[in-house]
Amino acid sequence: MTAFIDIAALEDIPRQGARLVKTVLGCIAVFRTADDQVFALEDRCPHKGGPLSEGIVHGTSVTCPLHAWVFDMNTGQAQGADDGAVQTFAVRLEAGRVLLDATRLARRSAA
Amino acid sequence: MKQKLVVVGAGMASGRMLEAVFEAGGNFDVTLFNAEPRGNYNRLMLSPVLSGEKTYDQIVTHDADWYQAHGVDCRFGEPVVKIDRANRIVTSNTGGVPYDALVIATGSAPFIVPVPGKDLPGVVAYRDLEDTNAMIAASRPGARAVVIGGGLLGLEAAAGMAARGAEVTVIHLMGHLMERQLDPAAGYLLQKDLERRGIRIHCKGATKAILGTDRVEAVLLEDGTVYPADLVCMAVGIRPEVRLANDAHLDVGRGITVDDQMRTSDPAIFALGECVEHDKQVFGLVAPLYDQAKVLAATLLGQQAAFKPVQTATKLKVTGVDLFSAGDFADAPGREDIVFRDPGRGVYKRLILEGAHLIGAVMYGDTADGAWFFDLIKQRRDVTDLRDTLIFGPAFQGGAQTDPLAAVAALPPEAEICGCNGVCKGKIVTAIGGGATTLELVRSTTKASASCGTCTGLVEQVMALTLGDSFSANANPPMCKCTDHTHEDVRRLIKSMGLKSIPAVMQDLGWKTVGGCASCRPALNYYLIADWPMDYTDDRQSRFVNERNHGNIQKDGTYSVVPRMWGGVTTPAELRAIADAADRYGVPMVKVTGGQRIDLLGVKKQDLPAIWSDLNAAGMVSGHAYAKGLRTVKTCVGTDFCRFGTQDSTGLGIQLEKLLWGSWTPAKVKLGVSGCPRNCAEATCKDIGVVCVDSGYEISVAGAAGMDVRETEFLCKVTTEAEVMEVIAAFTQLYRENARYLHRIYKWVAKVGLDWCRAQVEDPATRRALYDRFMLSQSIYQTDPWADLAAKPADWAPIADLTLRAAE
Ligand SMILES: Cc1cc2nc3c(=O)[nH]c(=O)nc-3n(C[C@H](O)[C@H](O)[C@H](O)COP(=O)(O)OP(=O)(O)OC[C@H]3O[C@@H](n4cnc5c(N)ncnc54)[C@H](O)[C@@H]3O)c2cc1C
Ligand code: SF4
Ligand code: SF4
Ligand code: FES
Repeated sequence: MTAFIDIAALEDIPRQGARLVKTVLGCIAVFRTADDQVFALEDRCPHKGGPLSEGIVHGTSVTCPLHAWVFDMNTGQAQGADDGAVQTFAVRLEAGRVLLDATRLARRSAA
Repeated sequence: MKQKLVVVGAGMASGRMLEAVFEAGGNFDVTLFNAEPRGNYNRLMLSPVLSGEKTYDQIVTHDADWYQAHGVDCRFGEPVVKIDRANRIVTSNTGGVPYDALVIATGSAPFIVPVPGKDLPGVVAYRDLEDTNAMIAASRPGARAVVIGGGLLGLEAAAGMAARGAEVTVIHLMGHLMERQLDPAAGYLLQKDLERRGIRIHCKGATKAILGTDRVEAVLLEDGTVYPADLVCMAVGIRPEVRLANDAHLDVGRGITVDDQMRTSDPAIFALGECVEHDKQVFGLVAPLYDQAKVLAATLLGQQAAFKPVQTATKLKVTGVDLFSAGDFADAPGREDIVFRDPGRGVYKRLILEGAHLIGAVMYGDTADGAWFFDLIKQRRDVTDLRDTLIFGPAFQGGAQTDPLAAVAALPPEAEICGCNGVCKGKIVTAIGGGATTLELVRSTTKASASCGTCTGLVEQVMALTLGDSFSANANPPMCKCTDHTHEDVRRLIKSMGLKSIPAVMQDLGWKTVGGCASCRPALNYYLIADWPMDYTDDRQSRFVNERNHGNIQKDGTYSVVPRMWGGVTTPAELRAIADAADRYGVPMVKVTGGQRIDLLGVKKQDLPAIWSDLNAAGMVSGHAYAKGLRTVKTCVGTDFCRFGTQDSTGLGIQLEKLLWGSWTPAKVKLGVSGCPRNCAEATCKDIGVVCVDSGYEISVAGAAGMDVRETEFLCKVTTEAEVMEVIAAFTQLYRENARYLHRIYKWVAKVGLDWCRAQVEDPATRRALYDRFMLSQSIYQTDPWADLAAKPADWAPIADLTLRAAE
């Protein structure tokens, strides 16, 4: 089951930037690309915990601001020689609103 | 007794001839006259000087040391006015000099269209440094320039002035540009390319008059069109400079008539260069002139040699425009064309065949195979067998893959690589074998790519082929994996192609990725800010987190906040406000920095706007402690309190900080001002340091105290505070305009040389222009980011809080 929650207007997120959503699992970074695709990733770099939301967004990748690991936002996988991944969350764009899949977040809090 | 050799004209041809004479051990007493008040320089490279890609110093070919070493008596700024053949004496404006042998190398004079107004101030030709400087001075952004003549020279003039921001119109008499070198199709592509850079092109335009009362104001065409103009450049052609020879009654046709040994009708007088006519032919490109120089040197040394003109090929030296033409391409019976077009890529190639031979080639947009075709033309090779795939170039011959190096690999050793200096592939390969493993070494040993520079790419390919992987190891690497261009290339192209946004750079320079990467985006953002302060808007999303959030991110994701303390001076009120802020936001650490100010460490992101506005309210602004920009100006107490102080070092430091703050630079910039040589402010390990002495201020630059530690080097000494400010702002601007992103001043100075920097800031006009450009940029960028950002605190907090929702 999926449960999409309206979190913000697309316009609230800067192009090639991100905004944070606070959840019980920690912060989730919601990214917007130059061509208005949206992605949601855990905001903790697997390397040393860098906030990915503060990274530079290029294409559908983001570079961690602390030591420049690059993550593919489609999969959450680190690129190149680095090994690691962040969790991704489903997001949808509907009529200019950004919807985040809160299934995993809700289940955790219900437990 | 030594023979007396007198040379009239210190141009490209005579310079090369003298070199050849001395290299062969020739023993002459040389007197060298030149009408221009300077010695030999590379005239071809006036175009890069005009566009700002080179400086005059970089194009000088023979300096004072060289003339002295060879005992040349230099008479620069002394035009020769008369030759007395009977007594063998030449007379200049200052007196007479006897000769045993005389060489006339007076080049040519620009042709001036005889229209009303041609003598008005503001009308220039394009021949020497004076013309170039006049155009540079006139091409302020927004100024209007009209170039009459759409040939090689006119277009280089137009592109150069446009690169400096002038609005340029080219008026050309014929139906398409460069009709002597290009066919209409290539001329059209060229026109489109130039128009895309904002240059207006008016073909089939005949100039009727130049209008203006005290100086030029406009150009009137026969069809009634009027183009307003602050400057008019006439580049419609040249004619051999033969006045001296005429007056001396030498045989003169269109040029001074010479035989195969470069001898004129008087056996003691020789001539070479653009002023001569050989076998009914006159010359306008340097390649054949260099051959003449070799021949004449041999003749003077009593050796056998004969001049035979070679085919010449043309390239336009406008950065970003790729065109090549060689041989003959007029339509004629019995000639056939092979044409290739790829409009999407803007590529056009046309080969002209006569019987079994290739006789001409015109290429636009992709000229990689030019050298190969030119070689086929010169060798008059039978191309019947290659014909089907000829247009695809050497990579296609023999089924080889389209490796970019294949075209060069396919060239035979005798194929010419550098047209200006007549250097063939074999000679370069031999030089590399002899240890010339860098481009600079190849240039200095063979002269390949040392003149107009358009063959640099080819030379590098020959080097890559010969040296294999070890070549790329010492070459300048590309900016990042998104592009093949180096930082330097990108900076140059941004300026010369007028690229004013990150997408435009990525599009026009062929970026290989979508949206770049975290390494090139901040660099491009900086280059655009520095080069187009009026047109470009800072792209916050292309900045590293520290600059985007105006604080240094710490390893736990919190930030540090550092207010500016001008010159390290604060007040009790400011200290109180800082203390209050530290309490209010629970700042875990308050630390005094090495730059004489206070750092509040460990501030949470969402608290940033509030703490900034508190500090703003107490009159403080951001200290840019996170920026590739001006950081701090460290001072000592100077004359105010110290018994050794010679000047008001504190006051000067504050003034400097107030002048420079807010400016973005390639990497951080720190200053120090010490009140006396005891140097308590440690000014001599800063990027820029000032040490006060009784008689003024010693400015030194390029220090460092980080991973590298080095002492500053002396730049100059000045006597007033106002001069300190102007020199330092100008030097900072020079750094802003030229350095590669992330290179500190010491790294950049090591690359370009302190002498060059000094020459720029010591020349009053250049210094002033740099200062003015710095101030123009400051008028936009000297703002407090805290004030702007604190106004929208909501942007700094999470956009949604699902912890609350889940708890419901
Ligand atoms: C802006 C520009 C770009 C060019 N680009 C190219 C290019 O890309 N490729 C190419 O092949 N060619 C190019 N050329 C052409 C090339 O520069 C000339 O072919 C070459 O300079 C001619 O050499 P020269 O020695 O005959 O004459 P010059 O180099 O003109 O030298 C002649 C010298 O003689 C001096 N002189 C004249 N009369 C007297 C006198 N009475 N007494 C004393 N001195 C005198 C002049 O002041 C001058 O310094 C370019 C020319 C210009 C102006
Ligand atoms: S540098 Fe000289 S003037 Fe400044 S504090 Fe030290 S001793 Fe005094
Ligand atoms: S010296 Fe090293 S550890 Fe200390 S502040 Fe600088 S970067 Fe950090
Ligand atoms: S914490 Fe992300 S790369 Fe080191």
